Amino acid sequence: MKILVCITHVPDTTSKINFTDNNTKFDPAGVQFIIGPYDDYALARAIEIKEASGATVTVLNVGPVETEPTIRKALAIGADDAIRVNAEPTDSFFVAAQIAEHAKGYDLILMGRESIDYNSGVVHGIVGEMLGIPSVSPVMKLEIDGTKAKLAREIEGGKEYLEVSLPFVAGCQEPIAEWKIPNMRGIMSARTKPLKVVDPKAVDSGVALQKFELPAPKGSVKMISADNVTELVTLLKNEAKVL
Amino acid sequence: MSTLVFVESADGKIKKTSLEAVAYAHALKNSVTAIALGSVEQAELESLGKYGAQKVLHASDSKLNAGVIQAYASVLVKAMQDENADVLVLANSSLGTPIAARVAARIGASLASNVVEVPDTSAGFVVKRSIYTGKAFAKVELKNPRKVIGLKKNAAEAKEVGGTVSVTPYAVSLADADFAVTITSSEKATGEVLLPEANIVVSGGRGMKGPEHWSILEELARTLHAATGCSKPVSDMGWRPHHEHVGQTGVKVAPQLYIAVGISGAIQHLAGVNSSKCIVVINKDAEAPFFKAADYGIVGDAFDVIPKLTEAIKAAK
Repeated sequence: MKILVCITHVPDTTSKINFTDNNTKFDPAGVQFIIGPYDDYALARAIEIKEASGATVTVLNVGPVETEPTIRKALAIGADDAIRVNAEPTDSFFVAAQIAEHAKGYDLILMGRESIDYNSGVVHGIVGEMLGIPSVSPVMKLEIDGTKAKLAREIEGGKEYLEVSLPFVAGCQEPIAEWKIPNMRGIMSARTKPLKVVDPKAVDSGVALQKFELPAPKGSVKMISADNVTELVTLLKNEAKVL
Repeated sequence: MSTLVFVESADGKIKKTSLEAVAYAHALKNSVTAIALGSVEQAELESLGKYGAQKVLHASDSKLNAGVIQAYASVLVKAMQDENADVLVLANSSLGTPIAARVAARIGASLASNVVEVPDTSAGFVVKRSIYTGKAFAKVELKNPRKVIGLKKNAAEAKEVGGTVSVTPYAVSLADADFAVTITSSEKATGEVLLPEANIVVSGGRGMKGPEHWSILEELARTLHAATGCSKPVSDMGWRPHHEHVGQTGVKVAPQLYIAVGISGAIQHLAGVNSSKCIVVINKDAEAPFFKAADYGIVGDAFDVIPKLTEAIKAAK
């Protein structure tokens, strides 16, 4: 079995977000980059499948050369080889088109339910449509049984259990697998695993970023005494008007 | 030129977020056709007119009673053609978002999800999206003639602008390939207010000390007709189910009122609540970082404050 895991290279979840160049570029100063947390779940599940029943795991990232340490980390966790599409991941459609270009021939295409930078949550669906195969997201359980898979998908207030034949695309989230931490042997071997760099396919995605914005700063908190909860109720009713 | 709105329902009732989608489409000033799939109450469909739909289509084929993403996408693509619609609007959800992806890819539309307000059409068609899990926004121009727009909760206000409309049955022809994914069963909390759609959320953290203490939060939630949520450690420890986890890697909520009890306010938790209109933090630690993100705060013991708050709300009703 051949598994493709698509990973994003995103600011750590604790990052403060800032922009430069008149609010048109993300400011990476002081930001630590990680494998997208949802992508990390997808990768962990792929490695589990590989360890349980044998599979090759390829990671794919659309990004500039700065993402290579993140890709090497995925190799250290246990992926066999990697592809980096040498381009800025500007929008969902562009990224999906690059993935679709390299995803043919894989039995399973896994990624996170969404990237934690642009939060679109649509790349898996677009890739599925481009390849003419099913897509399922957000997947919280994935069991392979021969040429079929049994999945659980999170829905509002519950879960849905699904069956689908391979190949398909899945957008993953917890608790599909436990995150894996690379060990020293993994880190050493990752240095020599193949990382292929390819040029992007030209794509007109029909969207253009104009500007970033930060939310308006929050006013200061109004503290209320624990002995006076009726005051809180009055404020919520008459001042905040939310009751 | 017209706008098609996919309306989602649960237990036969149209979801509030879908009413917002109809209101959003109404604000685009083109004719608005709403479409519902599967089993939905007739009166609910007729009432879509009140929120701005001029026409309501209902594809009631029983194969569509379960939300099969590819089949739904195919029906919407066909309906856009039949209605000569250039824009599809829907609410982001576990159903809406994947459908938006497949429809946009199939028809070559410009796609934006997590849109937070009505577009600026003074120069082009520019939408504002929530990014970095609510920590920032992006203004994005949708350049293709056809557009698919997924809305974050509260992107438009569902208000009455008209009367009821009659419902037109919509016949569909479904291909087997649309049902390549089969839904074998589902589990759904019933009778509760669903967290992603709730107007008020009562959330508990590690400060609640154990799952056995949740009854006081549930009592408060019942009094407020609110949903219950929790922090990541609480769902990781199995005190509460995963679908109640609010935060960066859990559910992102956007209620009118978010009440956080015994939650310190890690940045990952704040990322899931920063779209709330009003935040109340109750914590016995006056240094809890959550107070900085709150509108109102009480330093106190949850086991003392929460029952008193529940009583005060009952008394104020």
